[in-house]
Amino acid sequence: MSHEFNDDVGKKMGMWIFIFTELFLFGGLFLVYAVFRANYTEGFHSAAADLDAFVGTLNTVILLASSATVAMSITAVQKGNNKLALRFIIVTVILALAFMVNKYFEWGHKFDLKLYPGSEIMEQLGKGEILFFGLYYMMTGLHALHVIIGVVLLMISYFKVKNGTVNSQKFIFLENSGLYWHLVDFIWIFLFPLMYLVT
Amino acid sequence: MEDKKHHISSFNSLLMVLIGLFIMTGISVMITEIHFSTFSVGVALLLASIKGYLVLTYFMHLKYDEPIFRIMVFLILLLFAIVIGITFIDYLLR
Repeated sequence: MSHEFNDDVGKKMGMWIFIFTELFLFGGLFLVYAVFRANYTEGFHSAAADLDAFVGTLNTVILLASSATVAMSITAVQKGNNKLALRFIIVTVILALAFMVNKYFEWGHKFDLKLYPGSEIMEQLGKGEILFFGLYYMMTGLHALHVIIGVVLLMISYFKVKNGTVNSQKFIFLENSGLYWHLVDFIWIFLFPLMYLVT
Repeated sequence: MEDKKHHISSFNSLLMVLIGLFIMTGISVMITEIHFSTFSVGVALLLASIKGYLVLTYFMHLKYDEPIFRIMVFLILLLFAIVIGITFIDYLLR
């Protein structure tokens, strides 16, 4: 009798420990944000007012929905409905791409206004504004990089579900990809009010 | 192989969580439209924390996984809170 060793709890724990390192990577930036915000309250207020709260809200809705669809794809796989799972993964990827398109236009608009680190207009702003925009680009940029990595993981999951490597008995790869995607959503949940809302 | 029954989240429960998240996003946007400065920062962060809790509990399946995952996440978030707390104590007492 062959007994395949399969430690799903261990695999999931490895993913969680990796997620903790990611939380501290962003956590450090949140800490920098908090300290500078306390020191340069006025500058942060006026700089945050330049961000488009509508685009931020739209991207929040998109990411929350994509987080739900990836969770639903896991439910579908567990119920043995791989076809439905594939559809949910596709919807998740489309939402992720919509997020990136929004981000592209948002950053593009800022660049048109010459609001980027090192520009002449930026250098004439106060310290608080410069720090805010530096953190804005750093944090949303790092977050966008995670969105791209998440899309790659979701695409790999898609093919694994399609060829049956991920199925109703073995779905840890999709679960861990899902965890990564929820992490992207989790970080955005805190980025959104701090960057766009609290002006 | 696996004797233990794996909990499967229902589509409906996931949808309900999503609707809850949408509603809280709406509230935080509306509240910050009225400028209460410090108050709105607090409310926005409180709502974000509730949203984060929902994502961890239901989307990330912590409610139904082995308790060790919940304990680990709790300790990590506690550690982060301590790091923030100590940094601010340092800044305020300088």
